[in-house]
Amino acid sequence: MIKVTFVAHDGRKLRVEIGEGLTAREAALFNDVPGIDGDCGGQCACATCHVQVDPAWIDLVGRLADDSMEADLLQFAEGTTAESRLACQIRLDARLDGLVLHVPEQQY
Amino acid sequence: MTTLTISPDQDSAELSRFVAGIPLAEIDVSRPSLFQSDKIGAFFERLRREDPVHYCAESSYGPYWSITRYDDIMAVDTNHKVYSSEAKLGGIAIQDMHRDQSNLELEMFIAMDQPKHDAQRKAVTPAVAPSNLLLLEPVIRERAGAILDALPVGEEIDWVKCVSVELTTMTLATLFDFPWDERARLTRWSDVTTAIPGAGIVDSFEQRRAELIECAMYFKGLWDQRIDQPEGNDLISMMANSPATRDMPFLEFLGNLLLLIVGGNDTTRNSISGGVLALNRHPDQYDKLRRDPAVISSMVPEIIRWQTPLTHMRRTALEDSEIGGKRIAKGDKVVMWYLSGNRDETAIDRPEEFIIDRKNPRQHLSFGYGIHRCMGNRLAELQLRIIWEEIQKRFDFVEVVGEPERLLSNLVRGITRLPVKLHAH
Repeated sequence: MIKVTFVAHDGRKLRVEIGEGLTAREAALFNDVPGIDGDCGGQCACATCHVQVDPAWIDLVGRLADDSMEADLLQFAEGTTAESRLACQIRLDARLDGLVLHVPEQQY
Repeated sequence: MTTLTISPDQDSAELSRFVAGIPLAEIDVSRPSLFQSDKIGAFFERLRREDPVHYCAESSYGPYWSITRYDDIMAVDTNHKVYSSEAKLGGIAIQDMHRDQSNLELEMFIAMDQPKHDAQRKAVTPAVAPSNLLLLEPVIRERAGAILDALPVGEEIDWVKCVSVELTTMTLATLFDFPWDERARLTRWSDVTTAIPGAGIVDSFEQRRAELIECAMYFKGLWDQRIDQPEGNDLISMMANSPATRDMPFLEFLGNLLLLIVGGNDTTRNSISGGVLALNRHPDQYDKLRRDPAVISSMVPEIIRWQTPLTHMRRTALEDSEIGGKRIAKGDKVVMWYLSGNRDETAIDRPEEFIIDRKNPRQHLSFGYGIHRCMGNRLAELQLRIIWEEIQKRFDFVEVVGEPERLLSNLVRGITRLPVKLHAH
């Protein structure tokens, strides 16, 4: 199991566990983490699972690739940072055990 | 072509048998009358089952492909590099945008590809960003309450006119910071924009053109007052002061305005009406709502799925491609029927039913997917949530007391009249 900590906008921390190979979107949805909607079902199509990866983890997770569907979608979201990603595009493997993700105030 | 005669009182089994008897190649789901009579579902059901990527060689709109399954629709919608929204190629509806001689060649960011689309869309998105919606919520709630408080209990009224149109027009006027007493003009311009000449709103393309130019001139006046003023939170100030939009040519200016007017008006209006209808047709769900108003948060996306206020969006193939095993040629017209995708049993559990506490209610196609996904989706949900919270505070039952009347359109799934009687708690 992989441990992921979601930090809500008000600073509350939610620690969840999820099977290896699933995504951060599933980690949030299966554990009712508020603020992550994931409307499209994890297809990188809607930008409603926006998270800001904790700066300590961003290089391991990987930064947003230019000219990707994910970047196309995130450009319209509010409150994006250099560490913004879509949770559905973060696949959880052993390297990411302990990952910290920040949930924006509201999804677009 | 087979001539269809469908009577309004035909039952669904009879309709299914009738639809099953039509040769597949002759099925044309673009006829507006099928939407007005609300018989379209049986046609989509057959296409999903037998020919989910369906070619119609002859129609009033020329040849076109119908994409009717959820997964295929998402595949087209997210592939904006192959499936273009560009107005000059036809645009975003089955009716080509720039092919009618007497029509205005409007330009709007929904009917553009990257990179121009992105820059113009970004200029107006702050108006419907979460932070701005927080400011709007109390204003919308106060107005929704005032609309409901003024309604007579126990008398027959038209819900569309008294509530749905009123609330969405007020919200739109607020977003534009539009002169309050003149806000009915917004409703009129929205209706005119999507009107087919001769179907009851305007008599001719010339009349439509004249009214839309009047709309543009009115907005030009507001624009001139606000340009170079300290930036306001309204959509006109945002467009007037953003480098991506401040120097737009006239038809682009008008096109983007109309896009925002129609987007903010027609769609939510019909979801507000559709929700009342859906609850009346599923009384067990109405009971569920009475027992627990907290269910409104999941009822709102379910209403939007059930109603599907825009039946379709269209794309044009920029190169040869394949969908569901069918070869789509460069230049082909590809229609994504959201209304059908939202009834696809392979993607949605018991899709014909209205279930207000359904699992994954947000997973529907009504907003589209990808870079053209509905910009005002959060505002739409906000208005629906507020109106239902305020209805539940005041009324035990919004009872539908007659058949709804529907719009003659294959694009806007509209309810034009819905007679109701209100019952107080």
